[in-house]
Amino acid sequence: MARKEELQAYWKQNVKYIAILLSIWFTVSYLFGIVFVDQLDRVKIFGFPLGYWFANQGAEVIFCLLIVAYVQLMNRLDRRYDVFED
Amino acid sequence: MSITTWTWILVGVTFAIYIIVAIRSRAVSTGAFYAAERTIHPVLNGMATGADWMSAASFISMAGLISFMGRDGSMYLMGWTGGYVLLAMLLAPYLRKYGKFTVPEFIGDRYYSQSARIVSLVCAIFISFTYVAGQMRGVGVVFSRFLNVPINTGVVIGMCIVFFYAVLGGMKGVTYTQVAQYCILIIAYMIPAIYISIMLTNNPVPAFGFGSSISAGGAEILQDASTQGRYLLDVLDGIHKDLGFNEYTSGVRPKIDIFFIVVALMVGTAGLPHVIIRFFTVPRIRDARASAGWALFFIVLLYTAAPAVAAFARTNFIKTVHNVHYDHAPQWFKNWESTGLIAWVDKNGDGIMQYGPGKAMTGKPKYTGKTGKLGQAMVSNIITNGPNEIYIDRDIMVLANPEIARLPNWIIALVAAGGLAAALSTAAGLLLVISASISHDLMKGVLMPSMSEKGELLWARCGAAGAVVIAGLFGIFPPGFVAQVVAFAFGLAGLHPFFLPSLWEFLTKKPTSMEQ
Repeated sequence: MARKEELQAYWKQNVKYIAILLSIWFTVSYLFGIVFVDQLDRVKIFGFPLGYWFANQGAEVIFCLLIVAYVQLMNRLDRRYDVFED
Repeated sequence: MSITTWTWILVGVTFAIYIIVAIRSRAVSTGAFYAAERTIHPVLNGMATGADWMSAASFISMAGLISFMGRDGSMYLMGWTGGYVLLAMLLAPYLRKYGKFTVPEFIGDRYYSQSARIVSLVCAIFISFTYVAGQMRGVGVVFSRFLNVPINTGVVIGMCIVFFYAVLGGMKGVTYTQVAQYCILIIAYMIPAIYISIMLTNNPVPAFGFGSSISAGGAEILQDASTQGRYLLDVLDGIHKDLGFNEYTSGVRPKIDIFFIVVALMVGTAGLPHVIIRFFTVPRIRDARASAGWALFFIVLLYTAAPAVAAFARTNFIKTVHNVHYDHAPQWFKNWESTGLIAWVDKNGDGIMQYGPGKAMTGKPKYTGKTGKLGQAMVSNIITNGPNEIYIDRDIMVLANPEIARLPNWIIALVAAGGLAAALSTAAGLLLVISASISHDLMKGVLMPSMSEKGELLWARCGAAGAVVIAGLFGIFPPGFVAQVVAFAFGLAGLHPFFLPSLWEFLTKKPTSMEQ
C-alpha cells in the first residue's frame, strides 16, 4: 500500500512540473509572442522590439530550455522514487 | 570550377555517404527495421529527428516566407517548435513506455480494437503519402535548379537513393543517414547565414546579427551610407514604410488568426507519425524525453537563424534592387533571372527597377526567350497596373543567399546538397511509416497474424519499395490535390486518433516508469 501511495505522489509531482512548465510555454508564445506583442514591442533590447523577439526567437529558445528542465526534473524524480531505469 | 561541377561533386559525395552508411547499418530483423533495435543514443536521435522533421520547405522556403510576411511569419517558427514541448511532456515518454513499433499498434492495443488499428493505419498512410509527394517533388526541383536536369530525372535519382537505404536499412539505416543529412543541411544553412551576418553587421552569430547595427562594410553593400550604425531592423522598418509596406516588425494578420494557426501547427507537429516513430528507437523512457529536447535544440539552431536570414535578405534585396538602374543590378539578380524566380518589367520605361507592394504581373513569369533593350529577360505575362515592377519568388531568399554574400562556388553547391538532404531525410522517415503500417499493422496485425518474422521483414521491405515507387510517381505527376491537402495532412495529424489514448493515459495517472 505504501508503495502505491508513493507512486501517486510521484505522479502528482510529475503533473505539477508539467503544469508549471506548460504555463511558461503558453506565456512566452501565446501571450508574449501573440496577444501582448504590440505592448512588448514598445520595449527595445538592442535592435529588437521585445515582442517581435519573443515571437521570432525567444519563445523557441525558451521551449528548448523547458524540455531540458523537464528532463532534469524527471530524472531526479525517477531516482527519488526508485523508478529510474539503468 | 563552375557551380555545376561543384554541385555534382558535393551531391555525389553526400549520396555516397548515405549509401555507405546504409550498407553498414542494414537491418536484418524486424526490431532493427522498425525501431533500430532501440539502441539509438538520444543525441543522435535528436539529430535524426531534426532532419526527419525539417523538410525541403523548412530549408528552402521558410526564411523567404518570413521575409515577405515580417512579424506574422513568426507563427511558423513558434508553431513548428512548440509542438516538441507537448511531445516531450505529454506524448513521447508514454508512447515509448508501451514498447510498440508503430502508432496503429499502440492504438489497437490501447482500445483492444482491430478497427481502431485499421483506422489509425489508414490515417498514417494518408498523412505520409500526401506529405512525401511534396518532398519528392522538392528533390526534383533542387536538381533542376542547380544541375539543369529535368525535374522528373531529379525525382528518379532521389527515388533510387531513398529506395536503397530505406529498403535495405529500414529504421536503422534511415536513422544514421538522417544524422549525416542533419549535419550537411545545418552546415549548408549556417555558412551563408554567418557570412551575410558578418558582411552586414560584423556579428558572426546570425541570430544576434539581425538585432545589431549595420557596420561600415554593410552600409557600403547596401549602397546607403546613412544606414551605418543604425539597427538593421530599424532600417528595414524605415524602408518598408517608404515603399508603402507595413513596418517589417509589425503584424498585419488579426491576432486571433495567428493564435489559432499556432495552436494548429503545434498540435499538428506533435502528431506527425514520422516524428513519433523516432521516439520508439531509444533504449529507455527517459531517453525519449531527452530525445525531444535534443531534437528541438538541433531544430532551433536553424530556426533562430531563419528570421535573421529573412531580415538580411529583405534589407539587401530592397536596398540593392529598388530604384537601381538595370545596368547596375546586382549579379545574382541577373543570374537568377533565367530560373523564373525573379523578373523585372520596365512599366514606365525609365530603365530603373521599382519595387513596392502589389504584384508586378499575374502568375509566375513566363519568358518569351527575348531580351529587352537593357538585356533583361522579357515575359509574356499580363502586366498589372500597380507601381511594382519586380516579381520575386520567396525561395530565392535562401537559394541566392551565397551569391548575394559573394561566397565561393562550392558553398552554393553545398546549399544544393543541403536542400537535397532536407528533402530526402523527410521522405525516408515518411516512407518508413508507410512500410511499417503495411507490414506490421496490415499484414502481420490484421491479415496474416501467424506470419514469421522473416516473412514480416520481407513485407516491410516490399512495403518500403512500393511506397518509394508510388511517392516517386506522385513527384513526377503531382496530383492536383497535393498542394491543397498538405495543410490538411497537418490538420489530420493533429486529429490523429492516437492523441486520444495517450492523452487519456496521461489524464488517468498512469505514471511513465512504473508497473514494469
